[in-house]
Amino acid sequence: MGKYIELTSSNFEATIGSGVCMVDFWAPWCGPCRMVAPVVEELAVDYEGKAKICKVNTDEEQDLSVKFGIRSIPTILFFKDGKVVDQMVGAAAKQTFAQKLNALLA
Amino acid sequence: MLDLAIIGGGPAGITAGLYASRGGLKNVVMFENSLPGGQITASSEIENYPGISTVVSGLDFMQNWLPQAQKFGLEYEVKEIDRVAKNGDIFTICTSDNDCIEAKAVIIATGSIPKKAGFKGEEEFFGRGVSICATCDGFFYRNKEVAIIGGGDTALEEAHFLSGFCKKVYLIHRSDSFKVAPSTIQRVVNDEKIEILYNSIVSEALGDNMGLTALRVKNKDGGERILEVPGVFVFVGRDVNNKVLFSPESGKPLCAINDRGEIVVNLRMKTDIPGLFAAGDCRSEPSRQVVCAAGDGATAAISAIEYITNLR
Repeated sequence: MGKYIELTSSNFEATIGSGVCMVDFWAPWCGPCRMVAPVVEELAVDYEGKAKICKVNTDEEQDLSVKFGIRSIPTILFFKDGKVVDQMVGAAAKQTFAQKLNALLA
Repeated sequence: MLDLAIIGGGPAGITAGLYASRGGLKNVVMFENSLPGGQITASSEIENYPGISTVVSGLDFMQNWLPQAQKFGLEYEVKEIDRVAKNGDIFTICTSDNDCIEAKAVIIATGSIPKKAGFKGEEEFFGRGVSICATCDGFFYRNKEVAIIGGGDTALEEAHFLSGFCKKVYLIHRSDSFKVAPSTIQRVVNDEKIEILYNSIVSEALGDNMGLTALRVKNKDGGERILEVPGVFVFVGRDVNNKVLFSPESGKPLCAINDRGEIVVNLRMKTDIPGLFAAGDCRSEPSRQVVCAAGDGATAAISAIEYITNLR
C-alpha cells in the first residue's frame, strides 16, 4: 500500500529532484489542512509508483516554508523534476488534485 | 430513498442531523465536502456559547458535535452537492460528478462564503500574503506587522488574536465606528499593538514574486498611506452559499430567495417548497451565531419530522 512521504530539510531535495511530486504544506492547528489529510492519503495509494505524494509539517520545517514562500496553509505545490510547475492554496476535492497530477504525468 | 438529506455540515447541519436521527427518522445523511464544523472551525476562539464558559478554539469547540449526532444514527458523506431538485414529492440530490440520490425531505444548511474586499491584487496575492484564516496562517507572521480589513466581530476578534504574537496589527475599517459587542471593541481599542485606521480602504496590494510586501491605503479625505506588511487578513463579511438551489437548465432557484441571496423561511424554517427547509447562515435574516445556527437546525429537523410523518 502506498504511503505519503514525510518531507524534512534532509530528504526534500533528493525526493522532489526527479519525477512528479505533490507536496502538501500543512500544520496541526489548521482546520482546512485536516480536511485535505485523508485526500492526500488516498492519492498516495492511487499514485503509487507514478507520482510521489508528500507532506511538510510547516510547524517543524520552517526553513522549507520560508524557502517556498508559504504564507497560507494548506498550500499544495506540484513539482516536476525538481521545479515548481503548479500550486494551489486551500482545501479542494480529490478530483482537483488528481487532474493536476494526471496533466503532469501525461 | 433517504428520509432526510442535509446539505452542509456546520452547526446547523449537524444539529439538524442529531435531532432528526434521534427523533426517529431513518436514513438521515449529511453531505459535507469540507471539514465538518463549518466556519467557526477557523475562529481562534469562541466565548459566547451558553454553558461553555472556558474559551476554546473553534476547531476544538466543534470536535464532539458530529460524533454525538452519529451516535443517534446520522450518516455523514464527504461529497460536494451540486444541485437539489424536486419532482412530485421526491427530492433529487446530485453531486458534482452526477451521482444522484433521492430523499423525502431536504434541509439546506450550506452557510456562507467569505466576501472579497475588492482591492487590486487581492486574487494575485491570495495565499501569498492575502489570507482569510488567522488561526491557519497567523503563525507565518510571528513578530511581523500585519493588517486586517474589516470592522465586524470576526475582524476585531482576530485582530486581538494576532496582536498576541505579531509585532503590530493595523485594523483597516471603512467606517468611523464599530457595530459589535462593546467588550470586543474595548479590547481592541485598548490594545497598544493594534492601530486602527478608520474611514479607510485598501486600494492596492503591492508585492514581488515571493508575495505581498505592502498595502496602499486610502482614507475618506483623500489621504494615502503605504503600510509595509507581508500579510493581510480579509474579514469583510460573507455571501450566502445558495448555489445548490439553482437549476442549470432554467437558472432559477428551487425556492424563494431574497435580494441578499438568503433562503426565505418562516419561523419553522420552512421554505415555500413543501419538504424543503433551510437553517443557519443561509436562511433569511440570520443572526450569524453558532448558537442560533444550532437552534435553526433543531427547528428545521422537527419540522422535517412533522412533514415526513404527514406524508405516510
